Amino acid sequence: MSTAPHQHRLAVGIDLGTTNSLVASVRNGISVVLNDEHGRSMLPSVVRYFADGSIVVGDAAQAQQSEDPANTIVSVKRFMGRGLSDVGDISQLPYLFAAEGAGMVQLRTSAGTKSPVEISAEILKVLRIRAEASLGGELVGAVITVPAYFDDAQRQATKDAAKLAGINVLRLLNEPTAAAIAYGLDNASEGVYAVYDLGGGTFDISILRLSRGVFEVLAANGDSALGGDDFDQRIYCWILERNQLSALAPKDTRLLLTQARAAKEQLTEHSEARITAVLSNGEVIDNVLTLTEFESMSKNLIQRTLQPLRRALRDARLGVEDVKGVVMVGGATRMPQVQRAVGEFFGQTPLTNLDPDKVVALGAAIQANLLAGNQSGGDWLLLDVIPLSLGLETVGGLVEKIIPRNSTIPTARAQEFTTYKDGQTAMSLHVVQGERELVADCRSLAKFELRGIPPMVAGAARIRVTFQVDADGLLNVMAREMSSGIEAAIEVKPSYGLSDAEIARMLQESTEHAKDDMLARALLEQKTEANQLLDAVEHALIQDGELLDASQRADIGARLNALKETLSSKDHLAIKRAIVLLNEATVNFAQLRMDKSVRQALAGKNISELEVK
Amino acid sequence: MQSFDAAKNHFQLFGLEPSFKLDLTRLEEAYRALQAEVHPDKSAHLADSEQRLAMQRSTIVNEAYQTLKSPIRRARYLLMLNGVDTQEETNTAMPVDFLMSQMEWREAVGEAEQKRDVAALDRLESVMKRDTRLLEELLAVKIDADRDYEGAALLVRKLRFMEKLAEEIGSAYDEIDN
Repeated sequence: MSTAPHQHRLAVGIDLGTTNSLVASVRNGISVVLNDEHGRSMLPSVVRYFADGSIVVGDAAQAQQSEDPANTIVSVKRFMGRGLSDVGDISQLPYLFAAEGAGMVQLRTSAGTKSPVEISAEILKVLRIRAEASLGGELVGAVITVPAYFDDAQRQATKDAAKLAGINVLRLLNEPTAAAIAYGLDNASEGVYAVYDLGGGTFDISILRLSRGVFEVLAANGDSALGGDDFDQRIYCWILERNQLSALAPKDTRLLLTQARAAKEQLTEHSEARITAVLSNGEVIDNVLTLTEFESMSKNLIQRTLQPLRRALRDARLGVEDVKGVVMVGGATRMPQVQRAVGEFFGQTPLTNLDPDKVVALGAAIQANLLAGNQSGGDWLLLDVIPLSLGLETVGGLVEKIIPRNSTIPTARAQEFTTYKDGQTAMSLHVVQGERELVADCRSLAKFELRGIPPMVAGAARIRVTFQVDADGLLNVMAREMSSGIEAAIEVKPSYGLSDAEIARMLQESTEHAKDDMLARALLEQKTEANQLLDAVEHALIQDGELLDASQRADIGARLNALKETLSSKDHLAIKRAIVLLNEATVNFAQLRMDKSVRQALAGKNISELEVK
Repeated sequence: MQSFDAAKNHFQLFGLEPSFKLDLTRLEEAYRALQAEVHPDKSAHLADSEQRLAMQRSTIVNEAYQTLKSPIRRARYLLMLNGVDTQEETNTAMPVDFLMSQMEWREAVGEAEQKRDVAALDRLESVMKRDTRLLEELLAVKIDADRDYEGAALLVRKLRFMEKLAEEIGSAYDEIDN
């Protein structure tokens, strides 16, 4: 199977961000961000769920986020592949978390329990539809970007979300690497570059060597729970302290966080920002935050980014003097104190000539175009790495590293195990990711259950387990008993991810959902109409019931009750029929009432008044 | 794909002569040329079976490159090709003076970490790197000139100690950073 020549295959790059998401594509050889019908390029990564099952994504959801904070999910990326214990202080968040299970967090919304994968899929769906409308056809696939420091569970969750959104994932691409592609191909750069990527909720540092069309990542490091959001949070806490506030309503929390973000943005160009808000209890907030104050309260956040930077350089066996240029990525790098700190660390002014909000999506689109098979000639090669070591739990809760961090992907490592009991036919492996020595300090990825090992005396079986990391940075595990050649069956129990069965269920639900959504909307419309009609008729009966004779009254009463009964059903067509019947019965009544009111109007007024006008 | 055959050894894969002394620039060029052919990004638009094949081939090329690029892994691999096991897990018989110096090193690293003395750590690291290079030069003589593989195996075991030391220095830097 190969691509027909001259046939352009529609492919996009998607930057699924903590705060904003974008979609870009290569058109006429140039990578461009695709706008929505209002000309907006950035889609706020905000999803609002309604009780009737309808969903609003983006600007509209963001604009109303303080109205219904529990059902308006912002920064869902922070929950991807994460358990409740990773989220930190959930009392600070306006959401309802489902308590059950040790796996990925689940949010209880008025439209039901949603996983971060499903919520992210809603964002991706909007971008897919935008791209298809803009490019005029179905997509063959997309490159979805992820923070370089995302672990396996977070990457898998992102890929699952794309699948759920009906997107064929050509590749998961690390955000700093995507930025390097956009930057490097644009500037024909050669040498060692550092990409400092501070997004809304994640921080990455990648050290790359660019040389004759090869982008080789030498080391990646970061913090997948540090970003621009944390700077907002600092300002928010400062407002609370300043105004002696405690235990705010979720609405007010949202409002103040929005104001905090606005103040942060103001401070990129001004030396002070005024913060004003009116809380739900009427209390007025009016503060002025200076850049100096902001810099001092956010100093240690910036310090937290320098540590991964030192580690990445050490892993790459390079010093700051080897770095030819520093590329700034992510909206949070607009903060002057961030640029200053990075400039001081590297001893050079960071490069900011590409829009830090768009560069990742632009690079992803360029890579998507290549992967879709559109690029003819002028190829480049991307050699990326796995950011965190993969290991196995051994005796005493210790970790044995199998694949070290910064290994170029794809990569594989095989390890042999044996049975410790006579006739043992099963064995379990616990795979973890991280740099620490204790299992408890690393991230549990999955428990693999090997079954179907041929029964032998203890120690005779030789089970070769292969850990394969693919070009998306995702781990696959295979096992084979070497003396018999029998392939052992593997049952994977992901610690934070979703099982294949769960994905299948969600996929099925989402296709059914499209239908359900329409039905729910129709039902809601009919119910609203029915209630309006019932109110009007009952009111009219009280006012003008005497205009009707007994049989007319009985007829209207019967149809009125019939309509009331249909309201408890979910059959919007039955409601509609009952509405029509009641309407028919009241045509004559309405006529009678109109006559009466005309008579009353005439009766209440003087002839002279009527004549004057 | 004519240029690729998984049955070849790592040196043949890159068209290089099997020796410890290696032209790293040539290795890198050969690696990049091969990856440019087999990397999964080249077949992302093709059928699943082709993508799987690309992943396997690209994995082998990465493995071969990493093995040959690292002096200790390269030595281990050359010894294996010559039927000599380095016995790094089983053979603990090391010269007493080497073990003594290793213990002193570790104490020094621990002390630097405790005192959060980055300058001391820097000094230890540069001496450790120098000693590692010396061991590697000896290895080149043992393997390429003398073909004394048993003698080389002892040097590999020593290098393994140095590698662990480097890891400890790295985690000491991390601890100081935290």
